[in-house]
Amino acid sequence: MKHANKNIVIIGGGPCGMEAAYRLKNEGMNVILVEKGPSLGGHLACWDRLFPESIKADDLLDILKNNISDVNCFLNTEIIKMNLRNDAYDIELSNGITVLARAVLFATGFDIFPAEKKEEYGYGIYNKVITNKDLEQYFKTGKDERIPANPKNIGFIHCVGSRDEKIGNRQCSKVCCATAVKQACEIKERFPDANVYSFYMDLRMFGRHYEDLYYKAQHECGVRFIRGRVSEISENKEGKLIVKAEDTLMGKPIKITMDLVVLMAGMKNSEAGIKTAGQLAVLRDDDGFFNSEDSFYNLEKSAYRGIFFAGTCLGPKTIPETINEARSAVLSIKEYVESFAND
Amino acid sequence: MIDFGYTLNPSSRINLDNFDRNKFEKLSKSEPDVLLCIGCGSCTASCTAGKYTDTSLRKAILSILDCNEKAAVDFAASCLLCGKCTLVCPRSINTRNLLLSITKIYGKKQ
Ligand SMILES: Cc1cc2nc3c(=O)[nH]c(=O)nc-3n(C[C@H](O)[C@H](O)[C@H](O)COP(=O)(O)OP(=O)(O)OC[C@H]3O[C@@H](n4cnc5c(N)ncnc54)[C@H](O)[C@@H]3O)c2cc1C
Ligand code: SF4
Ligand code: SF4
Ligand code: SF4
Repeated sequence: MKHANKNIVIIGGGPCGMEAAYRLKNEGMNVILVEKGPSLGGHLACWDRLFPESIKADDLLDILKNNISDVNCFLNTEIIKMNLRNDAYDIELSNGITVLARAVLFATGFDIFPAEKKEEYGYGIYNKVITNKDLEQYFKTGKDERIPANPKNIGFIHCVGSRDEKIGNRQCSKVCCATAVKQACEIKERFPDANVYSFYMDLRMFGRHYEDLYYKAQHECGVRFIRGRVSEISENKEGKLIVKAEDTLMGKPIKITMDLVVLMAGMKNSEAGIKTAGQLAVLRDDDGFFNSEDSFYNLEKSAYRGIFFAGTCLGPKTIPETINEARSAVLSIKEYVESFAND
Repeated sequence: MIDFGYTLNPSSRINLDNFDRNKFEKLSKSEPDVLLCIGCGSCTASCTAGKYTDTSLRKAILSILDCNEKAAVDFAASCLLCGKCTLVCPRSINTRNLLLSITKIYGKKQ
């Protein structure tokens, strides 16, 4: 009998790829995890605390990492070539290794929308405009030159690079409302004297306990929520920011001087993931994320045999959703691999 | 100067830099739930006086936040204190206490 091929290549070592690697290993598969960056964790490694309960991102990262201490992980590695050969994928890695994989899981994740593209908000031009990612970094390290010692007014701007056809992203990034509300509470804890504002269009607090977070932001932290999209930000002589929007609930234009503005940059499909998938001509939807076989029952399957997806390369989602999707992909991969055993 | 019949309108833009935080803290001390309003409009929709006058608790709250204290008092002025809005408010705000506090803190005679 021919030795059964149980090689599975996972592309991307974020929460999705790590969880899938662990579960596939437990199912007796031979897992090869390929991560282009120097370390595991994906975006989880960039976050300080996670909504809604504010658990430490590093605690979750440690769990995911410990689970796969005995899995073959190639860091700083990319896929050079990928070809279908006799129901398996012949894969050449940038570290010189080649693998004949029965199945490939894309766990390539997302990229944060480059906020400088939304020029009217002045990211990269004005010193006091930062992004959600920058603020997480500040929470982690306590260091960011741009954040003043005693900010009086701090503004959070929702939907930056999302729900905006002008910059080519019509979709909602889903996690940034909860992130904004979480960060608004956290910054208020750091700077209790500051006035904290949130400029939103719709507040999408969809998940369990998210509404409680919103309640806390209002009641305990006194965050002022203003319904209206910020139209532009400019800088005055003192280097403070002038923010303009409409309070659409009152139908009046407003103007306010801010000491710090945080942009809720959204999610788009990962460029690196798209490039790798391009070798197989994997299809993508209007929103740039990969296309599943169908979006109800076979979410984790692609149109190609042996190619699977999970996590944020299929669209914006939270970490628990990502982890669940990783597990569901593992189930499908296992079924797929076992279908060859009966040949 | 010859009057050509033109006038300059004062800007209707709200300058949030003028927000009176101390006064608002007085209000939120008297009725902490004012912070919880989600602007849903249920109060205004069910308001007994609102059918005939410009009574609106929602707009009164927002006017305070938008630095328009006079408008806030006006939106509360014709309130009959009937309490219907308390019954419908999804955030369980003690609306009558809030309306009275708005008049007390932001009305002319403090
Ligand atoms: C500002 C912000 C805050 C957030 N906060 C929370 C929160 O508090 N709670 C929560 O539940 N969710 C949060 N999220 C969402 C969370 O970050 C994602 O759900 C999660 O990171 C998705 O994991 P992933 O593995 O799909 O993708 P990623 O985390 O993006 O990981 C993908 C990995 O794949 C690698 N990769 C990509 N392409 C290739 C390639 N071609 N070859 C090799 N490697 C590749 C990348 O380097 C990366 O390491 C937040 C998102 C944002 C934008
Ligand atoms: S989650 Fe909120 S901030 Fe993010 S794109 Fe959707 S509506 Fe905008
Ligand atoms: S208490 Fe006042 S605001 Fe509320 S419903 Fe009655 S009249 Fe209207
Ligand atoms: S019913 Fe309550 S929450 Fe809704 S607008 Fe009125 S005061 Fe605000």
